[in-house]
Amino acid sequence: MATVLETHGLSKSFGGVVAVEDITVTVTPAEVVRIVGSNGAGKTTFLNLVTGYLRPDRGHITYLGKDITGRPPREVTQLGIARSFQVPQIYRGLTVLENVLFALAARQKESYRLWGPLMTAERQAEALTLLEPFGLREHADRPVAELPEGGLKLLDIALSTALQPHVLLLDEPTSGVSSKDKFAVMETLLRVLRERKVTVIFVEHDMDVVTRYAERVMAFVEGKIVADGPPRDVLADPAVRKAVLGLG
Amino acid sequence: MRPALAATLALLVLFLALGLLLPEWIIFVLALALAKGLVVLGVVLLMYGGLVSFGQGLFFAVGAYAAGFAMKLWGFQDAVVAVALGATASLIVAAVAGLLLARYREIFFAMLSLALSMILYGILIKAYWITGGSDGLTIAPPRVLGFALAGEKLRLALYALTVVVTAAAVYFAYRYARSPLGYSARAVKDNEVRVEYLGVSVAHAVYVTYVLAGGLAGAGGVLVALNVGHIEPQLAYWTTSGEFVFIALLGGTGSVFAPLGGAIVYEVIRTYAFKYSPYTWQLTLGAIMLALILFMPGGLWTIYAALERQGRQWRLSWKRTA
Repeated sequence: MATVLETHGLSKSFGGVVAVEDITVTVTPAEVVRIVGSNGAGKTTFLNLVTGYLRPDRGHITYLGKDITGRPPREVTQLGIARSFQVPQIYRGLTVLENVLFALAARQKESYRLWGPLMTAERQAEALTLLEPFGLREHADRPVAELPEGGLKLLDIALSTALQPHVLLLDEPTSGVSSKDKFAVMETLLRVLRERKVTVIFVEHDMDVVTRYAERVMAFVEGKIVADGPPRDVLADPAVRKAVLGLG
Repeated sequence: MRPALAATLALLVLFLALGLLLPEWIIFVLALALAKGLVVLGVVLLMYGGLVSFGQGLFFAVGAYAAGFAMKLWGFQDAVVAVALGATASLIVAAVAGLLLARYREIFFAMLSLALSMILYGILIKAYWITGGSDGLTIAPPRVLGFALAGEKLRLALYALTVVVTAAAVYFAYRYARSPLGYSARAVKDNEVRVEYLGVSVAHAVYVTYVLAGGLAGAGGVLVALNVGHIEPQLAYWTTSGEFVFIALLGGTGSVFAPLGGAIVYEVIRTYAFKYSPYTWQLTLGAIMLALILFMPGGLWTIYAALERQGRQWRLSWKRTA
């Protein structure tokens, strides 16, 4: 089967601390993968390596057959890989709507346009449609600083989906979102992303979400993948039960 | 008509009318204030991107000297051509300097911009056979749109040219602030990581803004040169650049109109402070800066913003009761 994203022997250390070691992964088109692991297992480092925030010590990353190892975030994003962050990376000095408008202008390659406003009628309509499934449409004109933590997280995801990426990497997307809303948000998000046939890699801390929605789970323990497969098998793995779930 | 365009045109007409009504010395002070306001407008555009330049004197001087050389050495005599030449020369210098400066932020950006302006200052002082050294160059009275004017008529024509160029620049800055590029600069100030993760180049956004600010400073430099009739290395000196930052803080960054207000207030205070206390006028300005930072960190524009907010509330309550 064709692959979208592949990593081979990806390794990264910080001083004497091994963050990830020999990570070899293959992700197929429109696949939804969830990465689980305890704190410090290397999940976010893996996302940082794939998106160019960090350069690997060893190994390489291939996207649609092209080697993208060590390319900076801007180039990786332009190729079609977007991400959201554990700590929301948004523009707190702008309104919710302006955040999305700016992301849409970036997708349309109009970020450097000097003449003509950012807020056009077409862009505004698209931004409001995009904010709808995240429950942020009614907050469109509010300054971002007024949003609750969960709202910031959702806006961060909205910004990355505004780019219409081929591959989307979401780092703990429902952390900070109220337990009342998180399943609704996840279902909406999955529906939208499946409609667009986006390949998604979630870094997930919430086992309720994993057991409910996962099709394929990768478990990271001390920088290595110890299990990869359907959730039932992975979560039953003794190493995962011990290191990730804290059982046994 | 768009409100900003209407406001710009209204100010244009107002300032042109003031030129016919006010005494000549006030017109001169206003012309200097508006020309400096152009430079400050560039400083404010950079501030939108979180960048403070202590080196806009570089472009201020490049614009003035380019126009001075064009008129003295190459025979260009028209003030409008001089403004175009000075602004273009500054844009070119900014396009080169920006290749280096767009890679730096915060104190490094501020100090590097200052360093470049001081290099030019040194050159202007030492290359006296071309620049006239510390004595500078005297500029002969220019033609204006082909007309040879003199005395009060020339003064008025140069003032009108300053007003027109300033109005055009303010409207341009307004459009910039609302454009995707203007938002790119604001986004850089807010969160560089997300800018790159949207596929947008932080360096490119900073570079273009820096070049635009350089062009504005160059145009301001020519207009000061034309109105004063003399140019000197002091234009590139770091205290001149510091003055532009001072005015930016005085006016505030709440609007593209704020730098002009700041520049006019500054020039009036400076003129009177110098008149009544010629040896301690800097002390007066220092005290004003201190008071400003302590009591009005958003600059004078906050007064207008507060009045506008109050007016909106009154209008709302009036509508409710009506």
